[in-house]
Amino acid sequence: MRDERRVISVVTLNEHGVLSRISGLFAGRGYNIESLTVAPIPGTEYSHLSIETEGNERVLEQIVKQLHKLIPVLKVTDHDKETVVEKEMALVKIPMSEAIADVEALCRAYNGSIVNTGDDVFIVMVADEPKRVKNFIHVIQKYHPKEVVLSGVVAIER
Amino acid sequence: MQMTGAQMLIEALRLEGVTHVFGYPGGAVLNIYDEIYKQTHFKHYLTRHEQAAVVAADGYARSSGEVGVAIVTSGPGFTNAVTGIATAYADSTPMVIISGQVPTGLIGTDAFQEIDAVGISRPCTKHNYLVRNAAELPRIIKEAFYIAKSGRPGPVHIDIPKDVTAEEAAFVYPGEIKMKTYNPTYKGNLKQIKKAAEAIGKAKKPVFYIGGGAVLSDAGELVLEMLKATGIPAVETLMALGTVPHDNPLRLGMVGMHGSYAANMAMSEADLMIALGARFDDRVTGKLSEFAKHARIIHVDIDPSSIGKIVDIDYPIVGDLKNVLEEMIPEVKQTVNPERYETWRNTLKRYNEIHPLGYTDSDAVIKPQWVVEEVGRMLGDKAVVSTDVGQHQMWAAQFYPFSYQRQWITSGGLGTMGFGLPAALGAKVANPEKTVINFTGDGSILMNIHDLMTATEYRIPFVNVILNNNYLGMVRQWQTMFYQNRLAESVIDMQPDFVKLVEAFGGVGYRVTTKQEFREALEDAIKQDRIAMIDVVVNRDEHVLPMVPTGGALYNMILTDKEK
Repeated sequence: MRDERRVISVVTLNEHGVLSRISGLFAGRGYNIESLTVAPIPGTEYSHLSIETEGNERVLEQIVKQLHKLIPVLKVTDHDKETVVEKEMALVKIPMSEAIADVEALCRAYNGSIVNTGDDVFIVMVADEPKRVKNFIHVIQKYHPKEVVLSGVVAIER
Repeated sequence: MQMTGAQMLIEALRLEGVTHVFGYPGGAVLNIYDEIYKQTHFKHYLTRHEQAAVVAADGYARSSGEVGVAIVTSGPGFTNAVTGIATAYADSTPMVIISGQVPTGLIGTDAFQEIDAVGISRPCTKHNYLVRNAAELPRIIKEAFYIAKSGRPGPVHIDIPKDVTAEEAAFVYPGEIKMKTYNPTYKGNLKQIKKAAEAIGKAKKPVFYIGGGAVLSDAGELVLEMLKATGIPAVETLMALGTVPHDNPLRLGMVGMHGSYAANMAMSEADLMIALGARFDDRVTGKLSEFAKHARIIHVDIDPSSIGKIVDIDYPIVGDLKNVLEEMIPEVKQTVNPERYETWRNTLKRYNEIHPLGYTDSDAVIKPQWVVEEVGRMLGDKAVVSTDVGQHQMWAAQFYPFSYQRQWITSGGLGTMGFGLPAALGAKVANPEKTVINFTGDGSILMNIHDLMTATEYRIPFVNVILNNNYLGMVRQWQTMFYQNRLAESVIDMQPDFVKLVEAFGGVGYRVTTKQEFREALEDAIKQDRIAMIDVVVNRDEHVLPMVPTGGALYNMILTDKEK
């Protein structure tokens, strides 16, 4: 069985300790977490997690089932590519000495903009599909970024 | 009504119908123990170690079907309890374990006797709670009992900071629990059940593979009805023993590493396997690529994560075994003619005749298998049997004639040495009218030996039968078979005088070297109203056979000593 990348959405009670239950489940079984984002669902007692992971069919099935087994977890969705919208955000710090107009144009192509400027550096933000963000990070290397921060993937069913 | 957290706990235990609690006091649970002192609803048993408290509650739960309850203090009290909790988790015993914690304000300061208890228990409990105020305590206790016994059962741990046990709040005990996020599936999918019944009707060589779930779901009678309706032979896992009585003609015996030849061959040659509450443990399957190669598989389990975890399943049915069998039996009565499997039954019968479970008895030395058989002959269904872990455990599993569920109490999943004595204690508390026998080894027995004192203090009489071979026998067996007999740290030359030892704890001891002495000792021991220990000097070099070596295929069994 081949390893596949997958994004899994989890809706869970927003209570203390729940994140460690989930991360512990992955750690204890040697499953991989590529990225994990979590935030409360507005107006509810729940939180939404997007977990980006990798594994073969059996491992992915077990991940979903084991997540389900956790008492505070309400819903687990294993997204296949067709029915999900994925986005990721990146913040990048670039020296003022670089060509700011070029960078801005590049950012616009990736659904982004300059979000902050200082004396020595300016900060850009892009938000796009994870694959495209990866591509952006590759291209932006030309402008000698000092720091790159990724948000991790968030996903929603279509 | 306003109550302190400690009073709430007592009241909640009363409302849950708890009559027996095992525990050990300490600083963080002083408020709780002060309320235990004042109450009369349940009896508290002071064990001599927290591990024994949890295992006794486990033995109580396994033998009665009730939720076991244990109370321990913070820090070392809790860490001592962890092995017991993990043991219960591995075998899905319904339990509620309550631990004290340092006061809320001190959590995270490395306070005296502080440990991150919920952090430790998270991977070895079904669920756990750190209580943050007294107001939420009643709901948490109610949920804990509900979670422990519903769905696939398991231990639930509640960690209560000391200040919460003193804090006052209104006690409102929920009548019923509804949890949006936790809803076990009890009813099996009818369409799937019908499909499974059809598959059974079409099979030529079907076999039932019965696991511990059959015990946990109290589905024993229905399993037997299913066997009778179909005429399909059955193998049992270690955890299921007692479900199919020893004299049932369809019983093929235990399956797996030390399973019978007929059972393992049935699994290997079957064209349809019907797994009822079993989880395809590595000790059962042997080499996976060779496991049940010719079989399509029906798997009934209440835990969806057990289905498809190890092997691919053709007919998955999520549900409580009892419910599913109730639906499935009328279906198979339509699709199945028991005569259809006559040839298959005869084949398996022949396997059993060619290689029956057995051993070479001797009059010069006591064979450990003989001891188990003799206890079975003398006590049979009058005894509840617990064990420790090792060779004696497998011999007890192979040679004791079990007749009903919950007659057999053993640590199967985790394999915890030291389990037997406290588990027997709990089983005797739950079954005062029954004789309780703990088969143990000279290694295991010393791992919780202190709890002889508990047995004496509360007059809980049961009989420990030590199959003493001066070895850590199972380790020695593997070293002999697979490590060219290099017996690294498995030879137990130094032993206490077990007779004096048990006498020092207020019990009665026997050391026996002949069959006659053993019979007399057992007859005397079961008449005692105090803890007894029979130190049986058995043949040292006996092996547990048959054996499927680790990683080997189930059908490649070592059957006799000459083959190794």
